Amino acid sequence: MNKPRKLLRGVAVVLSLAMSLGLVAGCGSSQAPKPNASTDKPYAGTQLRVVFANHPWSDALKAQLPEFEQKTGIKVNAENYFEDQLTQKLTVELTSGSTTIDAFMFRPLQEGKLFATNGWLNDIGSYTQKDTAWNVGDFNKGAIGTVTMNQKLYGVPLVTEREIMYYRKDILQQNNIPVPKTLDELVAAAKKLNDPSKGIYGFVARGQRSPAVTQLSSFLYSSGGDFAKDGKATINTPEALKAYQTYGDLLRLYGPPGTLNMAWPQAFAIFQQGKAVFLTDADSLYTNLTDPKKSTVSDQVGFAPFPAGTAGAKPYNITSWALGMNAKSQNQAATWEFIKWATSKEEVLKMQQAGNPGARESVWNDPEGLKTFPKEYADTVKASMKDSVDHDRPVVIDIGPARDAVGGPIQAAIQGQDIAAAANAGNTALQAILDKEKK
Amino acid sequence: MFSRWLERNIKYVFPLPAVLFVLIMMVFPIAYTLRLSFFDWSMSSLVPPQWVGLGNYKTLIFSDPRFWPSISRTFSFTIAAVVVETVLGIIIALLFNQDFKGKNVLKTLFLLPMIATPVAIGLVWMLIYEPNIGLANKVLQLLHIPPQLWLASPKQVLTSLVVVDVWQWTPMIALMVLAGLTSLPTEPYEAALVDGATRWQMLTRITLPLLKPTILVAVLLRSIDALKTFDIIYSMTGGGPDFHSETINIYSFVQGFSYFKLGMTSALLMIFFVIVLAISFILVSARKGGET
Repeated sequence: MNKPRKLLRGVAVVLSLAMSLGLVAGCGSSQAPKPNASTDKPYAGTQLRVVFANHPWSDALKAQLPEFEQKTGIKVNAENYFEDQLTQKLTVELTSGSTTIDAFMFRPLQEGKLFATNGWLNDIGSYTQKDTAWNVGDFNKGAIGTVTMNQKLYGVPLVTEREIMYYRKDILQQNNIPVPKTLDELVAAAKKLNDPSKGIYGFVARGQRSPAVTQLSSFLYSSGGDFAKDGKATINTPEALKAYQTYGDLLRLYGPPGTLNMAWPQAFAIFQQGKAVFLTDADSLYTNLTDPKKSTVSDQVGFAPFPAGTAGAKPYNITSWALGMNAKSQNQAATWEFIKWATSKEEVLKMQQAGNPGARESVWNDPEGLKTFPKEYADTVKASMKDSVDHDRPVVIDIGPARDAVGGPIQAAIQGQDIAAAANAGNTALQAILDKEKK
Repeated sequence: MFSRWLERNIKYVFPLPAVLFVLIMMVFPIAYTLRLSFFDWSMSSLVPPQWVGLGNYKTLIFSDPRFWPSISRTFSFTIAAVVVETVLGIIIALLFNQDFKGKNVLKTLFLLPMIATPVAIGLVWMLIYEPNIGLANKVLQLLHIPPQLWLASPKQVLTSLVVVDVWQWTPMIALMVLAGLTSLPTEPYEAALVDGATRWQMLTRITLPLLKPTILVAVLLRSIDALKTFDIIYSMTGGGPDFHSETINIYSFVQGFSYFKLGMTSALLMIFFVIVLAISFILVSARKGGET
């Protein structure tokens, strides 16, 4: 046999070996160590895979993780994604029946219903009842409501939010205008203070089709409407048309150019640059405006409850993020340890002090829990919890198309197009989704 | 034994990894997508995919208000981008074919957009296009042109996106044409000089005809690439405002990962696959026709 031949054969052997090795490696699986009941760290050595969203809450909690790991001996492997990517990642992995994810953050109103119907979220009711010290009763009822489906508890509320009105204290003061208490007053004030020649706009908010839906919702409720009632879509009712009109007019007449393409980061950027007087959005995002590193008007931000419409002031008050357990997790008991710790009174207090409004009432009633919030902000949030609505978007499984349906009239209103026609089209689309899910 | 067998079958063993790769990574996904396009499936593990036959295709072609506009947008975007890029690319290549000082530095600078990450480019251009604080309107202000809405305007959004694509990909066409230029024979030019041809005549009668195969390849590659543009559109507008920059790729993505209609997405992608295939076929045969 000559040399090149030998070499050739060697290469072939190595190649086929490498390929079969690759196949074998793909089949490997990791086993969780058996719980050791004899010590005070029964789950020591267990590794948990927890998928987080990019959110101030996650950042604050991750700073505390070493404490948990030391206390329990459980190792937490954290992963992070932006919210849309998170939904996609979770959906793809959970569809394929992944057992490696143990706990994950999810948005109860966005994907909660889909995840629960698909059987991906574990019912953690039995755990929460056993742990009386953890005390599920301490959580805000509305917040627990958003993670409960068919009497089953599918997660623990982490961050709650309400729509509030941000305003520029200095500009209102200079012009001697009181803080608007009603939507009509807001429109009048925005009109008066709108001064594009100086680069100051009366009002800014989200205008992008799907992101705007949640912030339109409080306008809708306060005008006496809702997305649907008793299985019937109601976004073309006179109340809904009025809400669309108000929201669209505010942005079209007194808003900066380009609102059609704005989600919250763009809208907040306008306010941060001192170019807007009023902004209505979620209260949980307030640090973006008060942080001097991000905002040029950090010391001039005022907070007020959502202005009243014809039906009163009815902001949404929802659980924006919850922590759930993968139904196929191999380490359920250890995962519960983690969830219990992350949502314990002590941790919720710390998270709230870091600027994340939580769901535990004891923390809201504790002066310690409010001490890092600006006083006006804490008062606004507490007031917004009173007469509020527990959803900020249509309550359906098929949330993506539903939001696009509801968002259509917003974009029509901002462009000054026929709102009624757009609302009719949106209503038909929303009705089709509702009908499909009733079956 | 094994070595004997190997010896005899070496011609199969060597290409095996490549063949397996193509089968697993290309043939299987396409076949699976084709199969899925006949089902209605919303990524649920409880509700299995449901057979709907050609239902997804019918819905798309006959009753979906977003399908046809997305197709036409895909083509307007591709044609506009590729035409501008080709014209600019050829001009730039001809410029770079001359000798001047600092040519190499300029050439390197010119290639930079091509090697930047598309999503990063998208985010930077988003800031440039920002109607209130963006650079684009500041420049217009200096030229005494009223500010524009750019990405936030349903009418301007597609053009604004074409500009970004042109900025990013003109260098590729220029690079390919430049390569073609350097390999051109010198004899025809000498003959033309002797015959007293003008520079313009030399360009249109000699250079461009000789470059035709190169340009066609560049156009072919660029067209296929432009058809499937996704990253810059997704990162800059996500298909908005009001769906006015929703190309077929963005629409497929929305159907798949925001609506979770996997069957519909597969049908969309199959239609798109056929379109791309047809265009490649036409362009390839045009090139062959040009050669003979």
